[in-house]
Amino acid sequence: MLYILKKPLIFIFLFSSFLSFSQDEIKGEILELVSGKEQPIYGANVYWQNHNIGRISNEDGKFSIPYRPDFKQLIISYVGYMADTLTITDASYIKHFLEPESNLEEVNISTRKQSTSRSFLNSKNVINVSSDELLKAACCNLSESFETNPSIDVNFSDAITGTKQVKMLGLDSPYILITTENVPSIRGAIQTNGLSFIPGTWVESLQITKGAGSVVNGFESITGQINAELQKPSLDYPLFVNAFAGINGRIELNTHLNTKVSDKWHTGLYIHGNQRAEKFDRNKDGFLDLPLKQQINVLNRWQYSDLENGIISFINVKYLNDKMQSGQLDFDPDIDKFTTNHWGSESDTERFETSFKLGYVNPEIPYQSLGIQADFSYHDQNSYFGFRVHEIRHTSLYSNLIYNSIISNSRHKIKTGISFMYDSFDELVDDTDYFRRDNSVGGFFEYAFDNLSNLTLTAGLRFDQHNRLGFFLTPRFHLRYTPWAKSAWRVSFGRGKRAANIFAEYHNLFASSRQINILNTNGKIYGLDPEIAWNYGISYLQGFNLFGKTGDITFDFYRTDFQNQVVVDWEDSTQIRFYNLDGQSFSNVFQMELNYELLERVDLRFAYKHFDVQTDYVDGRFQKPLLPRHRVFLNLGYSTLRKENGSLWKFDITYNWLSEQRFPSTDLSPAEFQLPEESPTVGTLNAQVTKVFSDKFEIYVGGENMTDVRQPNPIVNSQNPFDSFFDSNLVYGPIFGYQYYAGLRFKINKPKKQ
Amino acid sequence: MKTIITGIVLLLGVATFAQNKNAKTIIEVDGVCGMCKVRIEKAALGTKGVKSAVWSIETHQLSLIFDERKTNVQNISKKIAEAGHDNRMITATDEAYESIHHCCKYRDEEVKEKHD
Repeated sequence: MLYILKKPLIFIFLFSSFLSFSQDEIKGEILELVSGKEQPIYGANVYWQNHNIGRISNEDGKFSIPYRPDFKQLIISYVGYMADTLTITDASYIKHFLEPESNLEEVNISTRKQSTSRSFLNSKNVINVSSDELLKAACCNLSESFETNPSIDVNFSDAITGTKQVKMLGLDSPYILITTENVPSIRGAIQTNGLSFIPGTWVESLQITKGAGSVVNGFESITGQINAELQKPSLDYPLFVNAFAGINGRIELNTHLNTKVSDKWHTGLYIHGNQRAEKFDRNKDGFLDLPLKQQINVLNRWQYSDLENGIISFINVKYLNDKMQSGQLDFDPDIDKFTTNHWGSESDTERFETSFKLGYVNPEIPYQSLGIQADFSYHDQNSYFGFRVHEIRHTSLYSNLIYNSIISNSRHKIKTGISFMYDSFDELVDDTDYFRRDNSVGGFFEYAFDNLSNLTLTAGLRFDQHNRLGFFLTPRFHLRYTPWAKSAWRVSFGRGKRAANIFAEYHNLFASSRQINILNTNGKIYGLDPEIAWNYGISYLQGFNLFGKTGDITFDFYRTDFQNQVVVDWEDSTQIRFYNLDGQSFSNVFQMELNYELLERVDLRFAYKHFDVQTDYVDGRFQKPLLPRHRVFLNLGYSTLRKENGSLWKFDITYNWLSEQRFPSTDLSPAEFQLPEESPTVGTLNAQVTKVFSDKFEIYVGGENMTDVRQPNPIVNSQNPFDSFFDSNLVYGPIFGYQYYAGLRFKINKPKKQ
Repeated sequence: MKTIITGIVLLLGVATFAQNKNAKTIIEVDGVCGMCKVRIEKAALGTKGVKSAVWSIETHQLSLIFDERKTNVQNISKKIAEAGHDNRMITATDEAYESIHHCCKYRDEEVKEKHD
């Protein structure tokens, strides 16, 4: 039926245009012969010589071009084909075949890629960390992946849970937006332990953005963003095994299995397990230096890619079970839990997460794309510390829709979309129940301009309606300007707003006898108000050539200014107080970083950081406790030339120095429990050697804190943990001391394409 | 009646002439380095109607997306030649060629070798 109808229509169509334009246009088609078959050529140029008239052939190779009798020479050309000139005498239909040029030689370009790089072009201050760099810190999860990156400061963990916290711009991790593949992932209940729930081998690369960040991923980021890209089943090895063991009793095993299911589907199974079953008490305070641990972590990814139609999709399912025990050496949870026999602590976490991503890029118009992200997680964590209890169940749903396009041309790009977030927190703190349900709906718009040489800028605005934070705007702005060669000046500013989950974020407070006091009652989040801060930054990057070697140097300065903050006040040793900021709270952080290829294949990285982080507490304005004013960082890396069989050696050494750190006031403690005003300085030295035997196999050995620096008595009143003034939070340095480890990596490479 | 028919015929004719808002093509442009890339893409995008222009250093191919109602390949080629880069359609004038940075002199065999 359709067919019958279609025919006369086409006929009329052709006929009519023939009638009216027979003298004014020429039609035709451009084809090529591929093994005897006619194939249309799309995008061929058809134009009149010496006249400014040209057309492009369409998907079927067809074209039509205006014609006048004085037009003689019609040129037909396309990249990879020999151009032809046709002499035209009348307006008859043209069917033309192009001949391919003899195949061009393939060009291979190889340069030594840096494992950590800063962009000279991006408007945001982004540091890219490749998997090569991640290997420098061989162990073991994301919380330990920043040892060679001076932009991130890693805390010494508290003396009980052994959890490492990261800091950016001198402020705690809750102020950083931590995402996996651009989905906010480490927030809410998972805040404290989240980084240790992402095994290092799962991470393909990291992007660290300093300063305000983008509006696309939400309103919560204040000091910056850390994004972890996970391994892609289509790119990762069919089989990858990593085993690790340390003299601190830690054993880890990572296995990746990736398979191609069909032309379009790939799947990957990533299994991580770690354990520490051995007890250590090197400092003889009767407490475990490191907790006993056990973790099973499984991720299954499905990747769908149909590049012809521009569709890419990921489906992830993740399950985690983590158990931790710590406290006194003789503590046996079966007998001693909730007794005064021995002080002990356990924490059990079970977490399920699933996420879905779909991206569509219009294959005809590559600058137009549409992305949908959705993530659901359920987190159940039960812990106790002596007699203190903290239980939290957090259900979270996140979804984001992003549309990318251009205005006028690709120098003006836009991103716009909507997002939805839902969080439900069900929390038990000692004997108080807290229940909270948060939801927010928001829209965002981001404009990016690139003049293609020395100026790029990104300006974004989002508006959100949140049931506890209200209706608010979040502006963010980044600009990069290059006034001379190899330089980049950047400025940025932006606003962030968030609800502080005080117990999850300062989970370690339970490992003390401090009373918990929330001084405000009128706010909607534990009686407290939302946190609001502005962040401003300026940065200057200069690349250089010195003695024939390349390097770069960066100076940056960032200020974070709180309009409101939930102040965490440790300044009274009998209690921990949470209250809304009354006065000022700010962080000024300066960083200088130098990267230089010192000798052939010897890379040097040196950094100096200065922290000025102050808050108005109820007792006055102080520098943030347990934060140094100065940090010095030095990293040297050397690798031998890769031999034909792929073998090479890699050496890496890192030195970190922290100046004195202020202890929170202990004036109210009895003299025996009082601490000096400041801690001593701390310098730690790590090193690692990797021997790559081939593309398939490598082993590594390394040492951490090799000079055995230790904080002598990390736990205050460790003799009487059930009494007042017991406190495991006043930690400024390593507790365990030196430690050595060894590991191996085995991988089966993909069969090479013919 | 006649006018209606003529009208339809004309409309149909116009329909066949409808030009692609997102016409795609690839043209060859001479150049050697990243600076050339910036210059070529800038010249292409500086032509009204060009939406996207990506030049590859390795293949010397410039992938274009443009609005056929507003411009055509000759116009774009002209702009690129004016910026100093030879292309399939138009050879840059010596004056334009001289204006580009000395390390970008793609006609010079020595410079070419340096970038290989």
